[in-house]
Amino acid sequence: MFAPSGQVARMSRFANPNRFLRWSDRLVPWLATVTGVLFAVGLYWALVASPPDYQQGESVRIMYVHVPAAWMALFCYTAMAGAAAVGLIWKHPLADLIAKATAPIGAAFTLLALVTGALWGKPMWGTWWVWDARLTSVLVLFFLYLGYIALNSAFDEPGRGARASAILALVGLVNVPIIKFSVDWWYTLHQPASVIRLEGPAIHASMLWPLLLMAAAFTSYYFWVLAVRVRGEIMAHKIRALRLRQAYG
Amino acid sequence: MDPVATFLEMGGYGRFVWPAFAFTALVLAGLLVQSLRTLKSREAQLAFLRDAVERTRPTRGEAREA
Repeated sequence: MFAPSGQVARMSRFANPNRFLRWSDRLVPWLATVTGVLFAVGLYWALVASPPDYQQGESVRIMYVHVPAAWMALFCYTAMAGAAAVGLIWKHPLADLIAKATAPIGAAFTLLALVTGALWGKPMWGTWWVWDARLTSVLVLFFLYLGYIALNSAFDEPGRGARASAILALVGLVNVPIIKFSVDWWYTLHQPASVIRLEGPAIHASMLWPLLLMAAAFTSYYFWVLAVRVRGEIMAHKIRALRLRQAYG
Repeated sequence: MDPVATFLEMGGYGRFVWPAFAFTALVLAGLLVQSLRTLKSREAQLAFLRDAVERTRPTRGEAREA
């Protein structure tokens, strides 16, 4: 494994991550700016400029963090599993790093969806939590993220961790449609989809736009933190490669 | 009642709305700071290691760029 030819192969594979380092260096300041602007406008619109709901009153404002967090929880999991599959099948080193870097961001979004959901459920449903299909499947999503993170870092050799956790991510992918359709398939307190549905959004424009703006802010945040974390993962690999060369080369 | 207090009260839902936004801000800011700090410390560590390699084997310094 530490023969010169193996090292050359490892180094040439890093040509690709080096390209990523170059363009992400230019991209990160833009992502930071866009995220900041989107959050500033989105938060003003969500907290001040948008109307209270005719049934839920001002509590509906929790929607502007809860729904984007829940969307991103699913988006990140799908992105993580997709990247993990690319890493598993084509052995693309950057794909493995994208999957690994996405996991904690997705876990954070899932935690936010759960906590803000509880804070919304208490005044609206009279309870912080119910063990129904939607809430339970999102809790399972959170544990899938934690399991992925634990498994990914459980091996001395990063490649083995990436392979094992990729399989977990792909098996857990079955949970994503379950979460999406859980409100249609089973009885629940949770309201059904009101934005992404075949008949078009069932939510008034005065609430839909701030919601979409906050979703854009969350998405931009994801790509910002992803770029930073992937850079961090590439640095970790370079450090590791350099240490191995010092020890064996 | 003054408008700031009315805004903070959120029609009686302030004790649910504000914790939801505060927790979101805390988690997102915390993850961002942790990610940036990890990157910075690894960049510093890599620079230190490359420096050490340069010092021990100066003739092969050009080949260091991984």
